Amino acid sequence: MANITIEQVKHVAHLARLALTDEEAEQLTKDLAAIIQYAEQLNELDTENIEPTTHVIDMKNVMRKDEPKEWITQEEALKNAPDHKDGLFRVPAILE
Amino acid sequence: MPLFDHTIKELEEKIHNKEISVQDLVDASFNRIREVDGEIHAFLTLNEENARQKAKELDESEEKSGKLFGMPLGLKDNIVTKGLRTTCASQILDNFHDPLYDATVVQKLQNENGITIGKLNMDEFAMGSTNENSSYTPVRNPWNTDHVPGGSSGGSAAAVAAGEVLFSLGSDTGGSIRQPAAFCGVVGMKPTYGRVSRFGLVAFASSLDQIGPITRTVEDNARVLEVISGLDPMDATSVNLDVPKFTDALTGDVKGLKIGVPKEYLGEGVDPEVKESVMQALKVYESLGATWEEVSIPHAKYAVAAYYLLSSSEASANLARFDGVRYGVRTKNADNMIDMFKKSRSEGFGEEVKRRIMLGTFALSSGYYDAYYKKAQKVRTLIKNDFEKIFENYDVIIGPTTPTTAYKVGEKINDPLLMYVNDITTIPVNLAGAPAITVPCGFSENGLPIGLQIIGKHFDESTVYRTAHAFEQATDYHTKRPQLGGANK
Repeated sequence: MANITIEQVKHVAHLARLALTDEEAEQLTKDLAAIIQYAEQLNELDTENIEPTTHVIDMKNVMRKDEPKEWITQEEALKNAPDHKDGLFRVPAILE
Repeated sequence: MPLFDHTIKELEEKIHNKEISVQDLVDASFNRIREVDGEIHAFLTLNEENARQKAKELDESEEKSGKLFGMPLGLKDNIVTKGLRTTCASQILDNFHDPLYDATVVQKLQNENGITIGKLNMDEFAMGSTNENSSYTPVRNPWNTDHVPGGSSGGSAAAVAAGEVLFSLGSDTGGSIRQPAAFCGVVGMKPTYGRVSRFGLVAFASSLDQIGPITRTVEDNARVLEVISGLDPMDATSVNLDVPKFTDALTGDVKGLKIGVPKEYLGEGVDPEVKESVMQALKVYESLGATWEEVSIPHAKYAVAAYYLLSSSEASANLARFDGVRYGVRTKNADNMIDMFKKSRSEGFGEEVKRRIMLGTFALSSGYYDAYYKKAQKVRTLIKNDFEKIFENYDVIIGPTTPTTAYKVGEKINDPLLMYVNDITTIPVNLAGAPAITVPCGFSENGLPIGLQIIGKHFDESTVYRTAHAFEQATDYHTKRPQLGGANK
């Protein structure tokens, strides 16, 4: 696998919704390269015919009834919000 | 003798005989916190008013019922508590003073009349092995405050070791209950994946996370797990199995028990003192009529790499919810919404959390998913198979909980990779979904605790407890106490 570039790191930061300073981007480029290089050792293993484990316990989907239930009120849902107005979460402008 | 040197059962009797009141227990807890928490920083938030009120109510009540009646407990701060601040030791949740509900485990503890004393410090979002990733003052090890308590449930382990609470809950994704419990000389259990509901546990890596108890004795641990286990309609990964009475398994009898000892757990990188303590422990088991043989987990060396890909990928998705919209801290200077997301997250998350979100986002990004995430899931299968194969012939697997004793503060923090590799003994167990406990099995020459790890088959916590208890009863390591704040009264 190719080395990690600073451009890649900046792209991934955008995907992850993180704003990095230039120093942070440089440091993360080094850190990720080292970690990914370490992870490359997994390629020593032939896993062609191995099923991936997505759930470690032998269990089938269990369905429950889909019923409405009292949970939280609108007032409660808003009480920890940094900003709200007229019963809604308020955020900065989405469109210019 | 300090009250918290007694087991839950003994304290229950003392309450029943009116030798002590619940208020005495709660006083003991807050007094001890006042006395020593300035040295170890285990608590982030105290629940003093409510705890004292509850103690008074219990003392006045006619019916003294509940498996944890009046017992003071602490909760890792990634376990959500209604109306009680829950921060995950992160600045992004610094203002989260009023959570809307209790985690299922908290409800269960309350149903049995346990008393929540406060919320315990941790590595931010449970990412770390030293507590140095807490965004508040990091926890120090009660046995020697120049050393770390381990992580990520460092506060949960240190608070129990220091006698601030009788027991605590932690969470374990790659060793975060067992490693700090070993470093602090207490008993820590990671139950089988699915045994305990995770509803209300702030998710780190959902295919690995599991809540479990930290206590001073195996008996107390078994009792607390009985309380918190079981199917929960609010957690689709909790399993529909009867919860055994784990305390009934504590017979002291391990005659004929077959123990497998993985050679990978006693090889390179394992401190000679740790190895010696484990070998001594195996002799104890021999003297009790158990037998042991060397076994192998051939894919153990790949566990750390697979774990960091899987856990970071899942974390990058789970931590997307922290966006400064519905709760938590929002940046003060944003021009538009995307900018607000980015700045709130960047200001709110610490360095290690950002590193793992970046690694996870990279591993899941287009073109890399198969090479990293899926590959790691396949390697996980190989590791799970390694364990299953051993368990065809052995009842439990035993080895050290950690390769070394507690690190010095500052010793490891600067090299993430070096830090990750030290989790080699705990991580494979999470990948396999198996239950595992750590019990004290010795001390290093400089007086730091060493932990013995006992791993069991899926949903066979009973055998794990029986094995741990037999060792505990045959030794006296669990009776040793750290010297903090002068006399440990």
